[in-house]
Amino acid sequence: MKNNKLASRIWKSRISYLMLLPFLFFFFLLLLLPILVSIVLSFTSFDFFNMPVFVGVDNFITLFVEDGEFITALQNTFLFALITGPISYLLCFFIAWLINDLNHVMRSVITFVFYAPSISGSLYTIWSILLSSDRYGMINSFLISLGIIKEPLLFLNDPDMILGCLIVIQLWMSLGTGFLSFIAGFQMVNRDLFEVGAIDGIQNRWQQLWYITLPQMKPMLLFGAITQIVTAFSVGDVSLNLCGFPSVNNAGLTLTLHAYDYANLRFEMGYGCAITFILFAIMYIMHRIIGSLINRIGR
Amino acid sequence: MKLKTKQLNRSLWGNGISLFMLMLMGAFMLLPLVYTVASSLKPTEEFYVFPPKLYAVNPTFNNFLDLWDIFANMRVPLSRYIYNTLFASITGTVLAVVFGIMGAYVLSKHDFPGKAALNRIIVVALLYTGNILAVPRYLIISRLNWLDTSMAVLAPTLASTMCIFLLRQFITTVPNAMLESARIDGAGEFRICFQMVAPNVKPAWITVTILTFQSLWNNNGSSVIFTETKKLLPAAISQVVSSGISRAGAGAAGTLIMIIPPILVFVIFQRQIIETMANSGVKE
Repeated sequence: MKNNKLASRIWKSRISYLMLLPFLFFFFLLLLLPILVSIVLSFTSFDFFNMPVFVGVDNFITLFVEDGEFITALQNTFLFALITGPISYLLCFFIAWLINDLNHVMRSVITFVFYAPSISGSLYTIWSILLSSDRYGMINSFLISLGIIKEPLLFLNDPDMILGCLIVIQLWMSLGTGFLSFIAGFQMVNRDLFEVGAIDGIQNRWQQLWYITLPQMKPMLLFGAITQIVTAFSVGDVSLNLCGFPSVNNAGLTLTLHAYDYANLRFEMGYGCAITFILFAIMYIMHRIIGSLINRIGR
Repeated sequence: MKLKTKQLNRSLWGNGISLFMLMLMGAFMLLPLVYTVASSLKPTEEFYVFPPKLYAVNPTFNNFLDLWDIFANMRVPLSRYIYNTLFASITGTVLAVVFGIMGAYVLSKHDFPGKAALNRIIVVALLYTGNILAVPRYLIISRLNWLDTSMAVLAPTLASTMCIFLLRQFITTVPNAMLESARIDGAGEFRICFQMVAPNVKPAWITVTILTFQSLWNNNGSSVIFTETKKLLPAAISQVVSSGISRAGAGAAGTLIMIIPPILVFVIFQRQIIETMANSGVKE
């Protein structure tokens, strides 16, 4: 009886499934399946040449007990993400908000200027030239000519400066997906409600933002938060391309790079998958925390 | 009685300060782009001048001409690489947007068995990143016999949860009453999706178009495409820049050529978002 009911509900929803089908086909095949494979492999020892051997939670125990580099990577990733994540989220939001009332031309120009760093996947590699550690490096020569420093700084080679440089560069390129989605989100706000709010006693722009604009933008705020969590915690390429691998003293080592090291360079796929799983678990927890914070907006 | 003004205006001071801050940050944002443009116009000897300059003293187009010469002497003409990349980028973007709008509409506005679970899986999948996934994905693509075809480049984009999640978040703000009345008028689901929902979330799908085109255009595809005539423009340019001419100027010229199409797409489409502003806001 119950089965029949479900079957008839499924049959009734056939148009829904039909419309979902194209996306689901690619999603299951090229995203969900690889994720499941990777989760299963994280409980194995797998070197690409022999069949995977099931080792239980050994990989995870090794990570926390024996692998000093993993702890370094974990610390760097957290430090990096907890600084860049919130700052760039707020930047995305406030710049999108500030330019929302400007005229068309100004809006277009400012949007372009701030989005420009994200437009090419590789533009950030120019920073390695700008931050070059000899006198020909643009930034070093500028600071020397101002008399602020006498000797060129070793920006990307000095373990004390690596993480700082990476944070600044990440912030520079962080007005990407989230920024565009906020700009689009502001376009969806129903401005009629501003008048209603004015009658109801909204005093200033901040109240207007908190009680009228933000509640309408909750879905976009959540989207922006998730993209921000992903970019902040899965940082790796920037460090790889600017500081090299391994970076001096592992000062630029992150979880993504640690996974890359094991899976791609040392052929220990199982261990690499375990690192990726930990990274996922961290991002999942952050997502739950931030999701519940966003739910409280406007109350 | 006169209603209060529609917008509560900022003070002139506030505007001035925020504009100044924006300009200061803007200069910082544009620095690498300006440097790339300058480098592409610098003759070789100017790379060794101290102190280094943010502009070319004797600007020249030689770097671009050098790139052009090398491509002109190659076995595969430049137009072939451009075609391959354009084909993959445009097909992939159109499919991603169409499939995305359909899927996101269903996931946010329809009720069907499995909906809640699917929505949750999509968010969780969005959080699972890493090049680890490239290995199983490569095996699956090769099993499907898609290696060395455009499919191998654009299919992973169609699997992207970012597009569908962004679209879904926007579609939830479309009022149900509007869809209901369309249904009563006898509109089919596909019509509701593309003629009612899509226009109402235009800023969202335009954003998805910009982001998808850009990621496909920058895709180098070297791990899934091996035949020279099927290679993509980024792969060809990086081959030439790294082996053909080892000069910073040519590298900058190559980077600049690669950036121009995404900039054009961005400017053209972003304008569409801003122009919808007049009738912005979803109204019941």
